[in-house]
Amino acid sequence: MKTKVPCLLLLLLASAAFGEATLDIGSKRFTESYILGEILTQTASRANEAKVAHKQGLGNTGILFAALQSGSIDIYPEYSGTIWFELLKKNAAGDLAALNRELAPLGLAAVPLGFDNTYALAMLNARAAQLGVSSISDLARKPELKLGLSQEFLNRKDGWPRLKSTYALPFDPLGLDHGLAYEALDKGKIDVMDIYSTDAKIAKYGLRVLNDDKHFFPAYEALLLYRLDVPGRFPKTWAALQKLKGRISETQMAAMNAEAELEGKPFAAIAVDFLSPGAGHKPAESAGRNFLTLLFAEDFWHLTAEHLLLVFVSLAGAVLLGIPLGICAAHAPALRQPILSVVGVIQTLPSLALLAFLISALGAIGVLPALIALFLYALLPIVRNTYTGLADIAPSLQEAAQSLGLPLLPRLRLIELPLASRAILSGIKTSAVINVGTATIAAFVGAGGYGERIVRGLALNDSATLLAGAIPAAALALMLQGGFELLDRWLIPAGLRERKG
Amino acid sequence: MIAVENVCKSYGRQIALAPASLAFHAGTTALIGESGSGKSTLLRLMLGLIRPDSGRVVFNAEPLTADNVERVRHAIGYVIQDGGLFPHLTARDNVTLLARFLRRIPSWIDERVNHLADLVRLPPAVLSRHPHQLSGGQKQRVGLMRALMLDPEVLLLDEPLGALDPIVRSELQTELKGIFTHLGKTVILVTHDMNEAAYLASDIVLLRDGRVVQRGALDDLLHHPAEPYVRQFVHAQRSWVAEMP
Repeated sequence: MKTKVPCLLLLLLASAAFGEATLDIGSKRFTESYILGEILTQTASRANEAKVAHKQGLGNTGILFAALQSGSIDIYPEYSGTIWFELLKKNAAGDLAALNRELAPLGLAAVPLGFDNTYALAMLNARAAQLGVSSISDLARKPELKLGLSQEFLNRKDGWPRLKSTYALPFDPLGLDHGLAYEALDKGKIDVMDIYSTDAKIAKYGLRVLNDDKHFFPAYEALLLYRLDVPGRFPKTWAALQKLKGRISETQMAAMNAEAELEGKPFAAIAVDFLSPGAGHKPAESAGRNFLTLLFAEDFWHLTAEHLLLVFVSLAGAVLLGIPLGICAAHAPALRQPILSVVGVIQTLPSLALLAFLISALGAIGVLPALIALFLYALLPIVRNTYTGLADIAPSLQEAAQSLGLPLLPRLRLIELPLASRAILSGIKTSAVINVGTATIAAFVGAGGYGERIVRGLALNDSATLLAGAIPAAALALMLQGGFELLDRWLIPAGLRERKG
Repeated sequence: MIAVENVCKSYGRQIALAPASLAFHAGTTALIGESGSGKSTLLRLMLGLIRPDSGRVVFNAEPLTADNVERVRHAIGYVIQDGGLFPHLTARDNVTLLARFLRRIPSWIDERVNHLADLVRLPPAVLSRHPHQLSGGQKQRVGLMRALMLDPEVLLLDEPLGALDPIVRSELQTELKGIFTHLGKTVILVTHDMNEAAYLASDIVLLRDGRVVQRGALDDLLHHPAEPYVRQFVHAQRSWVAEMP
């Protein structure tokens, strides 16, 4: 059992380093990107040339760009404005030819898909009519209005700060999740929100898209952003993908977004219908979306296996390193503070920042960075509990152990570690349970697990899908907790257990 | 033979032991004094649990060093106040831990355990219990067995009876006296009880504030006190001593 874990790790490392010829397609964590990712994946698969993998729902833009540059993914749907402002860090956008000139030195290029998805501000039709607002300039004259904007729009360079100064807007907007903003707008909690021009819900909620009379918002043209080596590596597949150029209109995209968000149609089915219209795909899912069927959908065991792999491989690594570190902290006073501070600081790193760093450091996305991040987060409880477990052994017992004349290692094995076993095991339990929760973020970097459903549910604003991921994760955490209680009885020496009562 | 030569030890400004030279031979010596007088420090120095600031510990003409400390500890049995038994091990496993680690023959181990249980008058059934299931007296008997397991040359006892109630205590004092006489080893006993020291030891070392005040037989301390403190200390506890034959 003990030898299997390192073997598994090696295998993972090896497969990450020497992966077979696969075309890896990425997509972001929102409906449109999922759908485009599926369309790309199915188009590429139909060329019958390479193995095609869809690493879906990766987040955020920085992670995808790092993954593309490192070759962890080969292609993903992106928008021209985002490339200019966020990725190339320019202050102004140019045309496609200029964009490709900028991308070439990075080993990248872009092909347009045919539609624009630009930012816009919108209000309820009725409210806009009542106030006589039809353009963004009109808003400046209504300082009593409440704005609810997505965090991304609020914070990005080309977003709110520049819009506010361009139009001299007097507002102090509220940061709101995009999915929730529609509800808030509908219920009158806010008056204005930011939207994308292909949003599925524009029609559903009866929104008026405000005229950008000062032409503030640049064109966000949908593009295929790809590595320049793709056409050479997969010529047939690339030929097929190129046929998508200019094929998707704004109306078509909005309709597909609506199918996903309003009818709950799976992304794959939407892509099939788009690529083979009239193939007669049945909208089976939309008929009766039973929660149990959703919970135990065919990906359930696959996601469970991925989740368990993430939790236990990282935990095994943390146990193998954490216990020796805890021992060092207890027995080498000079190392105590350095060890405890470093593992403590690791714990405070935000998970997305850590993942983004690992991706650029390793040049890979997927399981490896997720495992390393989880491993690092699992260290603290194990190191600290090992240290306190050993330090809390009564001085008289420590002295009795020493006075027997046992060398340090046998003393640890025969006396100190068994005496600290309860504390150590409870540290491992804490790490395992925390890991089950933290492993859901692995989906952000394409490592799978229950987080995939949570991420998809968030993107679709679909709480059933979200719960179908969150509930198994919570159940797994409870089961682990129970499992460790049993392990307690088996691993903790009898003389220590009976004292409890 | 175990000896300390000019050892001193202080913790910060507090002097735990002023330079002292003491040699211990076969027979029982009691280290006596008030708490903080340095008697436990002396024992811990001899075991190498703490290092002297200066001076040295000598065991059978060999100075104690980091290299031989484990071997020396194997030749010294150590018993502490609450027995110092490891709670995760049964009484038997506590007694045999070191012998098993040193790969002594199992049949020898069994024989030795039976012999020692007999010596300290511990019913064999008690050996399969864990420390929390033992009475205070039983813990001390098991602790003594553990200390004697490898038949050490020297036996150090740090307030071995300090935590026991008076009846068990006096019973064990009687037994210990028999055991010490029977074994004929070098025994060094730390106690703060003059009666216990007088009863168990032929040689008494009185310490005060880390300094040896007087060493001698009970008679010397009673009749030829080195300084007024000796009289004061002995008198404070003399009621029973005075009645001794």
